[in-house]
Amino acid sequence: MDDGTLRPAVPRLYNLCCAFTMNSFAYFDGAAFLLTLRLALLVAVSLLAASLPLAWWLTASRWRGRFLVEALVALPLVLPPTVLGFYLLVAMGTNSPVGRWWIAWTGHPLAFTFTGLVVGSLFYSLPFAVQPLVAAFSAIPPRLLAAAATLGASPFSRFYRVALPLAWPGVLSAATLAFAHTVGEFGVVLMIGGNIPGVTRTASIAIYDQVQAGEYSAAHANAFTLLLVSFVALALVYGITRRGTGLGASR
Amino acid sequence: MNASDSIISAQVGDGMLSGESAMGLRVDIRRRTQPATRDAQRFELRLAFDAPVGITVLFGASGSGKTTLLDCIAGLRHPDAGVIRVGGEDWFRSEGTRNKAKADAGQPVCLPPERRRVGYLFQDLALFPHLDVAGNVGFSLHGLPKPDRAAKVEAALEQFRIVDLRHRRPAALSGGERQRVAFARALVRSPQVMLLDEPLSALDYRLRSALMDDLLRWSEAHPIPILYVTHSREELLSLGAAVLVMEEGQLVAQGAPHEVLRAPQSHKVAQLAGFENILRGRMEELHPERGTMSVRIAGGPVLLEVPLSGERLSESIGVAIRAGDILLASQPPEGLSARNVLPGKILSLKRRDVRYEVEVEAAPGVVLQVHLTLAAQTAMNLEAGKTVWLVLKTYSCHPVAEQGAR
Repeated sequence: MDDGTLRPAVPRLYNLCCAFTMNSFAYFDGAAFLLTLRLALLVAVSLLAASLPLAWWLTASRWRGRFLVEALVALPLVLPPTVLGFYLLVAMGTNSPVGRWWIAWTGHPLAFTFTGLVVGSLFYSLPFAVQPLVAAFSAIPPRLLAAAATLGASPFSRFYRVALPLAWPGVLSAATLAFAHTVGEFGVVLMIGGNIPGVTRTASIAIYDQVQAGEYSAAHANAFTLLLVSFVALALVYGITRRGTGLGASR
Repeated sequence: MNASDSIISAQVGDGMLSGESAMGLRVDIRRRTQPATRDAQRFELRLAFDAPVGITVLFGASGSGKTTLLDCIAGLRHPDAGVIRVGGEDWFRSEGTRNKAKADAGQPVCLPPERRRVGYLFQDLALFPHLDVAGNVGFSLHGLPKPDRAAKVEAALEQFRIVDLRHRRPAALSGGERQRVAFARALVRSPQVMLLDEPLSALDYRLRSALMDDLLRWSEAHPIPILYVTHSREELLSLGAAVLVMEEGQLVAQGAPHEVLRAPQSHKVAQLAGFENILRGRMEELHPERGTMSVRIAGGPVLLEVPLSGERLSESIGVAIRAGDILLASQPPEGLSARNVLPGKILSLKRRDVRYEVEVEAAPGVVLQVHLTLAAQTAMNLEAGKTVWLVLKTYSCHPVAEQGAR
């Protein structure tokens, strides 16, 4: 009945969906997908570890030059990924001190490796981890931290026993956003990672390749999986943080 | 600047000589706040006092620097210079930046808040919303072994009648319950000094007196200095402790509560002390032989004879009179010792609880509030528009310094 010539777009989309549900695993690039997950998890965890002290410092600091650090942290939000990727590539190259130091230390270059991707993603996703944390820490009434101090809590203890538990929805958002943003990154990965299957070929690169080659079913299988994973991750965060910490109800 | 510095050092020296008890709190500080905006007033905290073991009430209007003082003692803010000493140990000592070069200045001391053993009851309580009652109360006992901590928390919960609430979060507590949790949390680690910032202002009368009893009982069992900040006359009277009156960052009076309240020395304190009538006037005549002076109220015909105070002639002055200290007569009274008898007209008459509040106009723009008992009203049958005579004893008229006149 449908010859596919009169209404080309809609049936093609329909066919695509069928293809995905029926035999999506035939096209699904499992290696790229697993690599993406591994990268995103690693980046989310290490970024959280680095962002917690940085965000805490940004919240508490009264240093005049603080705005410079804030601007630097926010830079990847506005910078084209190609710009960031380009400078990271230069920095990782054998002509830069960082690149040479890395080679001297590990014996191989940083560019076009999985570790290189991790390093690049750390920079790229930094604001997505730091900003929710700063917002969460700033929302803590200073009087609570003062109260903890008068109850004998050291600065670290104040952070660990008061600030962190009260900011945990922010911590969760930070981790999830860092994860999701790394899953979705494309430009930086392309610039510093190349496209080596199993090493630096992430899901988003794979999708791009498949579209370029006209393999729409394959692209759809991968794209749809990525979409689902991202949606579930974000829905989880919003669902959990909706319950809040009780900060608002304390007074 | 240098002159004032030397005055401060002299005060510090004097303070050390006076009988400072071993457990007591000594404060002698100054702290200047730079104005946040060009128009804002620069605020200076500058005071010296000794608080012995027991309750000392800090009485003053909001904005008089009471909370800043408590924060300085707790180490949450820092004075520019001075001494804060508790139980013989310096928590803060600094000669200020100007005298840093002095050879004998000694090492400045400024303990961080966590190393000062204070029990600070914040005005907004600052309970930890993520911890339940037991977690809040036991917060300061983190370093103790678990059985010790549990025993101490248990004792504190029992003492403040909050045992049943142990698993509740602050959000699920009533105002009075939160207050008791905050008390227990502040007291559980046996502080060396207790700071209470308007701890009962948010509570109704019954809860307030119950908590006051808790505090008095605790104070008897624990001999430490307790600084109790309030602007409530009732709390001041029911605590019955020594009072320091603060105004604009300085101590303006001290003594027993009834002394401070009976003879307020400034307009603001008179307001706080519950003087319903504070009339503005100008000193007109001094009568040293009678121990009185005449004050003309608001430039009008009303001339009041008030006790002599050290003010200068023609100076602005306030006269504070309690509404309950004024007598009303329906006929011109005779043969009275009272010096001030003023005719007036009743403007309004309102019944409130067990008394009548009467507004009497003694002259255009001079309206006095008078409180009468129900019985007095029944006997006199007053109503609005009636002419009455106001009778004011000289000693019911308290001369107070006008705002900004000092």
